[in-house]
Order: sequence, then C-alpha cells, then structure tokens
Amino acid sequence: MSGARLAVLGAGAVGRSVVELAEEYGHTVTAVADSSSAVVDPDGVDAEAVLQRKSDEGVVGDDDPDDALGAAYDVLVEATPTTLGDAEPGFSHVKQGLERDKHVVLANKGPVAERYGELRELEADSEGKIRFEATVGGAIPILSTIEDFGPTHITAARGVLNGTANFILSRMAAEGLDYEHVLAEAQDLGVAEADPTFDVEGIDAALKFVILSNVLADGDQEFTLEDATVDGITDIPGTALDLAAEDGRTIRLIGESTPEGVNVGPRLVPADGPLSVTGTLNIVQLETTHAGRLNISGRGAGGPETATAVLSDVSRLVD
Amino acid sequence: MSDTGGEVQTHTVRLELVDEPGELLRALEPISEGGGNLLSIYHERGNLTPRGHIPVEVDISCAPSRFDNIVESLRDTGVNVIQAGSERYDEELVVILVGHLVDTDLSDTLKQVESCADASLTDLSLSAPRGRDETSSARLRLKTRSGTNGDALAKLEAIAADKQLQVIQPLTEASQ
Repeated sequence: MSGARLAVLGAGAVGRSVVELAEEYGHTVTAVADSSSAVVDPDGVDAEAVLQRKSDEGVVGDDDPDDALGAAYDVLVEATPTTLGDAEPGFSHVKQGLERDKHVVLANKGPVAERYGELRELEADSEGKIRFEATVGGAIPILSTIEDFGPTHITAARGVLNGTANFILSRMAAEGLDYEHVLAEAQDLGVAEADPTFDVEGIDAALKFVILSNVLADGDQEFTLEDATVDGITDIPGTALDLAAEDGRTIRLIGESTPEGVNVGPRLVPADGPLSVTGTLNIVQLETTHAGRLNISGRGAGGPETATAVLSDVSRLVD
Repeated sequence: MSDTGGEVQTHTVRLELVDEPGELLRALEPISEGGGNLLSIYHERGNLTPRGHIPVEVDISCAPSRFDNIVESLRDTGVNVIQAGSERYDEELVVILVGHLVDTDLSDTLKQVESCADASLTDLSLSAPRGRDETSSARLRLKTRSGTNGDALAKLEAIAADKQLQVIQPLTEASQ
C-alpha cells in the first residue's frame, strides 16, 4: 500500500479517529481543521498533540480553517457534521478538493444525500474521485459490496441503519418500557444525543437509504431527502411492542431503497429474523439478481468504526 | 402458526394430464375421496406443456393434513402433480394500529377495514392499559386475497389516517 497525504476536515468523533488511526493504515495527515481552527504540516501533523489540544482547548491548531483546504494533500477527508438542504459547508469542501483534482472521501452524509448529481458532475470534470463508504452503516462494507456486485445486480436494499432507534426499540421490547423512559436511559449511556431528533424521527436512516438509492440508481435517477417517506419511532407505545412479541414479531425502524423510491418507518418483522438485530447494531439486506439475498451486519456508528470505513476508502483510491 | 394447523385452508394444485378422455375425471376422484372441497378447476385446453400434456389448475379447500394425503393419492393414480401446497388465496396480513383506538370507535374502524380493505379480520388483540386517555395498540390479523396485500394496506392506511391512527405495517414480500 502506498501512503497518502490526508487533509481531514472536521474534528468530531470520526475526524479525530481518522487522525488517530491514519498512521496505522500507512497514511500521513498533513492538515486537520475543525470549525474554528486548523493545523497544517506538510511533513505530517503530530496526531497525539493535535488530539490533546482539541480535547484541552477545543481547537486543533493556530491556523485558519481555510488553510487546511489549501494544504498539500492527496485525499481530502470530509468529516464535518451532516447538514441538510444545500449541505454546506461540506459540499463546498468537496467541490474545492475535486477542482484541485484531488480525491475526496466523505463521512458527511449531506452532500451525497442532498446533491448527489452535482457531486458526480464535479467528479466527472476532475482527476479526483469521491468515495463515501462511511456515510452508510459505519464500519459495514455496504457500498463496496454494491460496487463489487455492480449496482444493476442489486434490485433493492433494506434494513436497520440507525443504532439509536434500534437500541430504543430493542430496549422497549425487552423491558416493556415506554419510549420516553428508554430514551432517557439511552441518553445517559451516550447512545442517544441530547437532541435525538435526527435519529428517532428517522431522518438519519432516511439519508442513508437516500444515498443507497442514489448508488443503486447509478445515474438514472437522483434522490434527495425530500423524495423519502419518513416515519419515526416517537409515537410507538410499549403496548405495540408487547402485541408484536405475542405474535413472534417485533418492531424495527426499517428503511427500504427500491427503484420506486425510499421509505423509512417502523415495521413489523419476525422476532427471530435477520432484521431484528438488537442494541446499536445495524444490518442491511441486499436483494441481488443472481445470488439471492445478502445480509451484512455490524457496527453502524462510532468514531473508530466509521474511521475504518474512511481509511478503507482512502486505501482504495491511492492503491 | 401451530394454532391454525388444523384449519381448513385453500390450496392450489397444478396437474398435468395426458390428452385422453376421462383423464380429468380420474384426476378429480382422489380429491373428493380424500375429503377435499373442490373450489375451482381451470382446464387450459389448447395449451400444452412442453411434454405435450394439458395443464389443469385446481383449487381445493381442506385441512393441511388431508391435503398431503390427497396429493399422495393423486400421484398414486399416476397423475402428474407439478405444484402442491402453495396457497393462492387467504394470505395473512398482521398489522398493529396505534392511537386513540377506543375514542375513535374501534368497532367502526374494524368494520371499515373489513368492508373497504376487502379483508376479513381473523384475530384482534387490544392493549389499552391506561384507559381511554392514553394511546393504545391493537394487533389485527387479516386474511386477504392473494396478491392484494398492497391494496389492503393502502386502504388500511387511509382509514387509519382519517382517525389519526398510526399503522405499523409488516415488512412484506409485496413491499420488496
């Protein structure tokens, strides 16, 4: 494997883990930026020192965030927070990278879900390529599996792609508790954020299935969040899970990507079936044209897990 | 479901008959003798299988245990049974309704489901532990005609939306 120089934008859980693990994958981080600061070193930044400073002072260095975009790098890692609509500033970051003929790896779902067509156009005009395995299912190699099969050989994708909602539903079913109760517990454990809207209203899962639809459509059709039918889990009472359990079933927040579109909502699934993963696990089922059904499951979130997907993308781009 | 193991079900059997007089009658005898209720016969005259036989589709209702015996005796009499046991009718659909079920007149909801959604209710479980004020849940087990689950679900969604109820749909093959 040949090492690549990485500019990492975003110093959240994923960005920090990329900085921490890059060396192990044979890559060098030459720039890191968060929303207010940056550190640039053409010979490679001191990962440990950068992360320490981020945790102590809340900044990664003394430079301006824009300096990271102008730094010497081979692959730009876009790991800033997901934004909807115009997907900024993530989209502009990707644009600048591609216009410099550099590769871009995204962990930020916004640009891929909301402006997929434009991204592909920018990529077509560039020497650089984009990859975004980390945007769907964290560490689980979903997009590379689709790539290996070829999008035209996959007719549908469905599954559980939000660990927080899945954790809440599986705890509700196991303990017979109501939504609010389990949500508070999930927040205490750090499984749910203080504002869990994105997760429990199905938006996060919907973005991932929109991305899957974009990949499966392979340019024939473009989807955005607006095209998705989305229902969350906030109105599901414990009694619904009890009734499901009496019948050998359970309720999961299931997303589906088909040529007809994207939908995400609570669905009844067999309690002992592959889709009823428990806790924060994720699973995706791919329907293939010649090879039946594939089930791929694993950890769909977390800093090191998602960074693994980012670094695999980097290696695929530069090898 | 073990509790429905003895229930009468509808079965479709596809037979291939030699084009000779009396063949159809010979094929139907084991069905009535075996306690099956003959519902329909679709005799595709003029349509030959690759082996030059005449395909016949027969719908029978009987208990599952009897069905196996019928298929066996059909085969014993030399009738070629192509497909046996796949139900074309009476598909099952399980949904959970969530909301103010009691306040919105549950029996009216169920009546609408049966009349509009072309489905018959075979089982209902209601869970409303906190009385009328709180959200309650009901599990409906419906029988629908084969291939109409998608339509039934769409109508069910419309009936529920009218009463501001949420439908938790099953992940069905139809939705795939």
